[in-house]
Parts: sequence; C-alpha cells; structure tokens
Amino acid sequence: MIDLNRVNKKFGKLQALDDVTLTFDAGKSYALVGPNGSGKTTLIKSILGMVIPSSGEIFVDKENIKNHWKYREKIGYMPQIGRYPENMRIGQLIDMMKNIRGNNRKTDEELVHAFNLTKILDKRMHALSGGTRQKVSAALAFLFHARIMILDEPTAGLDPVSVEILKEKILREKDEGKLFVISSHILSDLDDLSTHIVYLFEGKIQYHNTIANLKEETQEGRLGKAIAVYINQNSFQHTLQE
Amino acid sequence: MPRIIKYIFYDILRTRFILFYTLFLLVSTMAMFQLDTDTGKVIMSLMNIVLMVIPLVSIVFTTIHFYNSYEFIELMLAQPVNRKVIYFSEYISTALSLCIAYIIGVGLPIILYGISPSSLTLLYIGLMLTLVFVSLAFLASVLTRDKAKAIGITLLFWFYFSLIYDGLLLWIVYSFSDYPLEKLTVGLVALNPIDLARIMMLLKLDISALMGYTGAFYQNFFGSFWGMTFSAGVLALWIILPLLIGARIFIKKDL
Repeated sequence: MIDLNRVNKKFGKLQALDDVTLTFDAGKSYALVGPNGSGKTTLIKSILGMVIPSSGEIFVDKENIKNHWKYREKIGYMPQIGRYPENMRIGQLIDMMKNIRGNNRKTDEELVHAFNLTKILDKRMHALSGGTRQKVSAALAFLFHARIMILDEPTAGLDPVSVEILKEKILREKDEGKLFVISSHILSDLDDLSTHIVYLFEGKIQYHNTIANLKEETQEGRLGKAIAVYINQNSFQHTLQE
Repeated sequence: MPRIIKYIFYDILRTRFILFYTLFLLVSTMAMFQLDTDTGKVIMSLMNIVLMVIPLVSIVFTTIHFYNSYEFIELMLAQPVNRKVIYFSEYISTALSLCIAYIIGVGLPIILYGISPSSLTLLYIGLMLTLVFVSLAFLASVLTRDKAKAIGITLLFWFYFSLIYDGLLLWIVYSFSDYPLEKLTVGLVALNPIDLARIMMLLKLDISALMGYTGAFYQNFFGSFWGMTFSAGVLALWIILPLLIGARIFIKKDL
C-alpha cells in the first residue's frame, strides 16, 4: 500500500533518512520505534508530503506521491504535536475539516463522543490542555474513514482511560483491514497494537520483521525487553567487529 | 479554494487589525479633506501618506499574518489540498482584505469630496503598492522559518525602497550629472515600485514643471500612452514576480 524506494533526506549536514526502502501492507499494523531524532517523524512527514525527500520515491497505492496531493484523502494523520489555529473553537475546527475534506460519506464521530469532546465544542484551542489537544488530534484523524492511519506518538500525554479508548478503537479499525503506522516510545502499547516492527536508528532501518519473530529471536516475551536485548546484542556485535 | 479563502478571511477579520487600519485611513483622509479645500493639495498630502504608510503596513501585516497562520498551513498540508491552493488562498485573502481596507479608508472620502483624475490615480497606485508589498512579504516569509528574521527582511525591503534607493539614485544622478541621464533614470526608477508610483502621481498633479528639464522628459515619457502602459506593466511585474518565486519556494519547502 505504501512503498518507499531508497528514500534519503538531508537537513543540512544531518542525514535524517538514509536509504530507506520499506513496504507497508494493508491490514497490518506497523510499530515505528527508535531513539529520539532517529527519523521517525521525518519518515511519517515524507509519506504525507510535508517533507520532501532529497532523493528516492514514495508510492501510495502504486502512485508516486511527488507533486500529488489527492492521495492524502486515503490517509488519516495524527501529529505528534497537534498545532491548530489558536483562536478556533473545537466545534469550528471539526466543521472546517469536514468542509475542507468535502467528504460526502458519513463521518466517524465515535472518538468525538468517546472522549466527551461534544461537551467542550465551544472551547477555544488555546485554552486546551495538552491531553485534550491530543484527543482532538485523534478524533480528527479517525473522522474520515481513511484506509491508511498514521499515528505519531498517539498515546503520549493521554490519561489511562483515554489511552484504552484509543487502543480499542485502533484494534477494531485494524481488524477492518486498515493499515496502521504507529510511532511511539511506549512499547507496552505497541505490543498490543502492532504486528510488525520497524526499528530506525540514525535514519537507517535496523530491523524490520514481525514482532513475533523478534520475540523468538531474542527469547523474550515482552516487546520492550525484546528490543532492549536486540539492541544490546547488536551493539555488542559492533564492538567485536571493531 | 473558495472554502480555504473563506477560513483565512475569517481569521484575518478576527484580529481586528484590518478594522483599525481602515479607520486610521478613513480618519486621516477625512481630516485632510477638512483641513484644505484645494483637492490638488489634499491629494498631494495623501500621496505622501500612501507612499510611506501603505507599503509599511502591507508588508509587516502580511508577514505577521503568514506566521500566525503557520498552524493552519500545517493542518492543511496533511489534508488532500494542493500546496499551490494553500499559498494562493493565503495571498488572495490577505491582499483582498488590505485592498478593501484601502478602498473604504481612502476611496470613500474621495468619492464624497469629488472624483478627479488625480484622485483616481491615487486610488490606483495605492492598490498596486498594496499588492506589490504583500507579494514581497510572501517572498520574505517563505525564505525563512524564523518570524523575527522575516520581519527584519520585510523592514529592510521597506527601508530600501522608500529611503535607501532614493539616496542611491540621487547619488548616481549627482555624480554623473555631466552625462545625459534621462533614459537611465527611467530605467532605474522602474526598479523601485514606490518611485514609479510617485512619478505616476506627480505627473497627474501637473507639478512636473517644477522638476525642470527632467520633469519635462518624464512628462514626455510617462505621460504618453506607452509610458503609462510601461509603468502599469512594470508595477504588475513587481506583483507577479515575487509572488511566483515565493510559490516555487513554498512548494518545495519542508514544513
């Protein structure tokens, strides 16, 4: 569904993405992990066309996204830090998004209700707490029945109840055959939500396989532990080679 | 596109700055007409306001607005919306709101106190200068991510076109006064939209005779049909070029 072919991105001297070749298939859920600054958000923004790769191609449904914009209809995106026009009310924001997407199909307002956003529709965006902002972002991402869902640190800053609501929603949508790409540092969340793992380090893909495989390789039951063991093993190998 | 323009327009109106700007123009124009009964003199004083204030307000307001709508732009970029549509919608709504403010603020009193060729020229050059400086502000805004830097660049544009350039021009005319410079100065004037506007205005006010031989030459050149077309065309270029260069940069920009 999404194919990246030798994608490079440089910000000045910094190589944010280094020869990334990757395929995301429909119906699967990918966990995007890696330390801060490893290129997760750059990868996501490249798929959305917000960052333009220095070289390489990205295809969404076999269509090269360069200079295209129509394909974003298929994508629901939840940013890491939701930035919205500050003096707009929540209700106005949701209406505006519906208006601009121009979707005639019925919108999915399940999260708007589940997060109790209906009660604070007239609150302005600048008056919202970080967590509420995050809820708005999540509700907007799911609003248009997009077949590709890209979530950048979706559970960061949410309270435990809301995290559960969001996770259940993700699992249900995943079973309907949607593609999920989720970046997060909270590995216990990813353990429940994802089937595959992509480990990025300094812009390179270090590991790309199913989570089950990773656990088997490392003989660990929990994803967090498995990744830690994997990283240790590999850095160990690096030092031996040197 | 109209939907996006509508939202940006609402956003601009909400800040109320445009309202104050309209009021300021309205009050000062009215005051000028009250102070003097000679329309020619009033237009002359208004010209000085227009040539200084309009570029400054247009360029600074546009830059601040552009950076304030960064969130909106980012939000739109994740949606199925063309980048060009976002950019030009921003331009159209900013330019339109400033032009409407000018038309109400200066145009309304002119209509009330009598329309003349010179007052219509004043309206025309005011609108053109607004568009030129909104374009320049867009160029400055897409060049850098830093708001303070962008405002610095825009102020530099303003200083350059309203003060520094004239100084340079005077220096050239003074140093090379032994040579026939008329054609050269016409060329050099075209490089500054404010000077171009000023000359178009002065010729309409029939005071070009005060400028001696050069004035006569200008009258000959800019007063002719071709001269008018030339100056209108150059002003249009001043609007289109920065806007299109800005669009090219914006389309390739990482946000």
